[in-house]
This record gives sequence, C-alpha cells and structure tokens, in this order.
Amino acid sequence: MATDPIHQFQIQKLIPIEIGGVDFSFTNSALFMALTVAGASAFLILSTRGRGLVPSRWQSAAEMTYEFVAGTLRESAGSEGMRFFPFVFSLFMFILVANLLGMFPYFFTVTSHIIVTAAMAMAVILTVIVYGLWRHKLHFFKLFVPSGVPAVLLPFITLIEILSFISRPISLSIRLFANMLAGHITLKVFAGFVVALSSLGFVGILGAILPLLAAVALTALEFLVAALQAYVFAILTCLYLNDALHPGH
Amino acid sequence: MEAEAAKFIGAGIACIGMGTAGIGLGHIFGNYLAGAIRNPAAADGQFGRLIFGFAVTEALGIFSLLVALILLFG
Repeated sequence: MATDPIHQFQIQKLIPIEIGGVDFSFTNSALFMALTVAGASAFLILSTRGRGLVPSRWQSAAEMTYEFVAGTLRESAGSEGMRFFPFVFSLFMFILVANLLGMFPYFFTVTSHIIVTAAMAMAVILTVIVYGLWRHKLHFFKLFVPSGVPAVLLPFITLIEILSFISRPISLSIRLFANMLAGHITLKVFAGFVVALSSLGFVGILGAILPLLAAVALTALEFLVAALQAYVFAILTCLYLNDALHPGH
Repeated sequence: MEAEAAKFIGAGIACIGMGTAGIGLGHIFGNYLAGAIRNPAAADGQFGRLIFGFAVTEALGIFSLLVALILLFG
C-alpha cells in the first residue's frame, strides 16, 4: 500500500552479498550511512580547505559546529574530557547529517533503526566502562556509591544507581530511534490524509488544506527534532564520559 | 475480547504515558522560563541542564510510545 507509514523503513538489498552463509548485502541503509559519512566529511574538508584567518561563510559554519561541540564537552566533562572530542564530534556529525538527510522525501533515515542507534549507544557506554576501569581501576565503582548518603539508604541508592546505569544505553538508543521513527510516521500519516481527502472531489480538496498545512509545520518541527536529538545524544555522551573521568561526583 | 482489539486498546492506554511525560516536560520548560525571566543573565549557562532534564524526562514518554508502536506494528 502506498500510504503504509511503515513502508519507508524497509531495508532493501541493493547488492546482495553472502559470505559463508552470513548476509553481508549492501542495503539502502548501508548506502545512506555511506552518504552520511561522505556528506559530513565533504562539508568539513571542503569548508576548511581555505583556512582563511578571516573565515568564509562555509568555514565559519564548520568552525561553529566545532566550537559548539567543543564547548558542550568542555562544560560538562572539563578540559580533561577534550581527549574524547574526536569521538563525540564524530557521533554528533554522523547523527546530525543522518537525521537531516532522512528528511528528504524518498530518502532512508539511518537513525530510525534501533540496531544503528543501539550500536552507537553501546560504543558510548563501553567507552565509559573501559576507560573508567582503566583510568580509575576499582575506584570507578564509586560511581554507584554516592558519598554523603545515610548508611540505611545506601543499599537502595546503590541499587538505583546501578539500574540507572544499566538503563542508559537503552534510553540513549531508544530515544533517538523512537524520535526519528515517530516523527517520520507522523509526517507520512498527515501526508496520507492530504492524498486521501483530495481524492474525494472539490470538498475534499478544501478539507485537505488543513492537513497539508499541518504537514508543512510538522516538517519544520522534524528539522528541529533532527538537530535537537543529535545535540541530546552528544550532550548525554559528554555527561556519561564525565562519569568515566570523575566517578566520585 | 479478540486479541486484535485488545492490542489496539493496549496501544491507546500506553499513549497515556506520553501525556504524563508531556506534563513533566511542561514543568521543566515552564520552570526554566520562569527562572530565565527572573535572571536572564544566568539562563544561557543552564541550557545544557535544561536539555539534559528534557532528554531524561522525554525518554519515559518515548518508552510508552515504543510500547504502543510494538503493540500496533510488532
């Protein structure tokens, strides 16, 4: 069905590849991931090629994204956190470009699949755990035992802290995935109203104006959500990395 | 009751959670705005915390949306 709102998320095999019984096919998801990486790289490399002291328009756009992420990281994880800057900046740019690319009609939204966002969230959490254990050894577990809590409450607080730590990768991945999924479904449903109503004749076309306006407004909202979710993912990554750097609060 | 009907009712009930998350988000942004009007100079510095509170609260609403989506399409 043309108006099936879920259809746009289907994975199609573009180049079927199978090695040893494992499916390695080049899918539309892989194509758009490659486009995302190429787009982000092209933007940053081409815009900073001039390296002018007085930046051009493109160069100042690239510098603004750099300064934005660097400022967020420095603010929440301190100057020590800047060693993770390439990681956070790559994540931010990948999610931002993938989200914005997905806003084009007929384009595939990479971040609307939970496996993609879960892989990124796991990369963040594994970095936090591995770096925290390597840097602070067993002191890393102070993260779960906040200081200044009455002894009676401490077991419960520790349990809650552990649960909240475990739910971090889940909420990090589901937030991004569900936002993109729900946004695109909503857009498609409203666009479907326009098509369905306008096929009813003159009165239907008059009635279709309202959902059409709503679809335009929702598109603008989706652009906001696309940028906001990239920022939310980046700032939460910064805060979690801060835990790895300073586990004692 | 048919299982299909129960699924749709369950999806509707799950959406109540999104409404309550909306109340929470309203509290966050309303209080931020109230504080920002009182002390505009300090508002920009707290933007990161605003977004953090927004993200953590929104996650709960998103969870119930996910439950609804799984019931509808899963």
